[in-house]
Amino acid sequence: MIGDLRIAVPRGALLGETLDLLDRLGVDTAEVRSNDRKLLFDNGQLITMRPSDVPTYVEAGAADIGITGKDVLMEQSERNVYELVDLGYGRCSMVLASVEGDDAASEALRRLGVTRVATKYPKTAAAYFERTGRQAEIVEVKGSVELAPLTGLAEAIVDLTATGTTLRENGLVVREEIAVATARLIANPVAHKLKAEAIDDVVGRLRAG
Amino acid sequence: MIHRTPSGTRDVLPDEMRELRAITAALHGVFEGSGYGELYTPALEYESVERMAGGQGVYRMFDETTGEMLALRSDMTVPIARVVGTRYATADPPLRFCYFAHAYRAVRPQRGQAREFLQAGIELVGSPAPQGTVEALTVLCRALDAAGLRDYRVGLGDASLFPALLAGLDVPEETRARMLRELVDRDYVGLEREASQLGVRDEVLRVAQTRGGPEVLEAPPGPVADAFEGLRAMHALLDPDVASRVIFDLGLIRDLDYYTGAVFEVYDPALGAPIGGGGRYDDLLGRFGRPLPAVGFALGIDRLHIALTGEERG
Repeated sequence: MIGDLRIAVPRGALLGETLDLLDRLGVDTAEVRSNDRKLLFDNGQLITMRPSDVPTYVEAGAADIGITGKDVLMEQSERNVYELVDLGYGRCSMVLASVEGDDAASEALRRLGVTRVATKYPKTAAAYFERTGRQAEIVEVKGSVELAPLTGLAEAIVDLTATGTTLRENGLVVREEIAVATARLIANPVAHKLKAEAIDDVVGRLRAG
Repeated sequence: MIHRTPSGTRDVLPDEMRELRAITAALHGVFEGSGYGELYTPALEYESVERMAGGQGVYRMFDETTGEMLALRSDMTVPIARVVGTRYATADPPLRFCYFAHAYRAVRPQRGQAREFLQAGIELVGSPAPQGTVEALTVLCRALDAAGLRDYRVGLGDASLFPALLAGLDVPEETRARMLRELVDRDYVGLEREASQLGVRDEVLRVAQTRGGPEVLEAPPGPVADAFEGLRAMHALLDPDVASRVIFDLGLIRDLDYYTGAVFEVYDPALGAPIGGGGRYDDLLGRFGRPLPAVGFALGIDRLHIALTGEERG
């Protein structure tokens, strides 16, 4: 059943629990665990990639189902994929943070009418400021977002945090929580119809725990 | 200097054009042979007409010479509804039309999804369910067979089914709209969360994820009895070779607000997105002055071409 599906597996923080979950579904993950360079396993049944690439592969049908974070799905909300199950693990918060002390972001908003926000999630950040009726200039960066408010590139950041350690170490505090993100099972819209039995079997077993 | 074409548009050169022409010729043979006369309408419509489709991403423009708002057609169903209301205002139904025409939408360009895209389809006006829907599904399968597509399936649902289910479960109006939006967006996690809060999780999820053969219509229906009955009646009238292509999909809902009854989509294992789709729109013609029931479908020629080459490669 699950052997009929090609599964996109996220490398990084979600990998360990995802492989445990696949083990419980009867997929052999030993090779993935032992080799962190290879990309294609079990004759192509498992493929590994960055979490943010999972929706790309699943939308195109290059994978039938995949696992990725809700943060990724929020940022790529235009993807035509089914979001089937909240898997519960990989719990993180999408937060608005700024340097501790007086909030430079609200001061900029009050005096300059607009606040600069650095983020790896420009769409999520823009949508949040729009939703809350505030003007923001979104500055997209590819990594080390914490650097932006410390150097004057931006007054605040929108970023994903699990424990808050990196924020604290850089003297940043959470000002607002935007959303909670967990791992999700997603499916290609055509596979969802043509491989319904196999996908429902996976969904049913995941829901049963 | 290289001059580009706008994003989401492209040139078609003779090698590709020959293949596209072979596909459209095969479809055209089936459409005309089934009594569907080809017509063509302007690419430009008044924005007030185009708005009847309620679709997203319509290209609008301001005509400086007349001061009027125009729009590029985003599909052919609305222009044909306009034609029926004006040029066929007194003609006896049923009316049968087919078309091969480009439509335009400001979408994110990707494989099989351009901003200018060629659609082939039919509209059958004045033929109610189930006979009209059966005829449209039969022409659809004959046309795909003629084009040479082997492994396609047709997902079949009913646009009235989920609204009826939610109303029957006493889901409040504003939550209903949100849940339908989640269904269109394929957000089953959001749908499950909303349904759980109202204590109707199992009822909602069971319908949303039911896909399969005619046996799925045997379940005790409750608030969705009418839609089930409609799907059963239609299935009983289908030729066996057409019926064998059908997958009933009770959670199928299409993102155009004019559908009123049966809706369907074409899937092929060689492509990750639907090749086309359609359904019944029994209220649309009334907005153009001829209240007649109608059904139709559109196929994306680029997507059909990709699926055919995919099947060929195996």
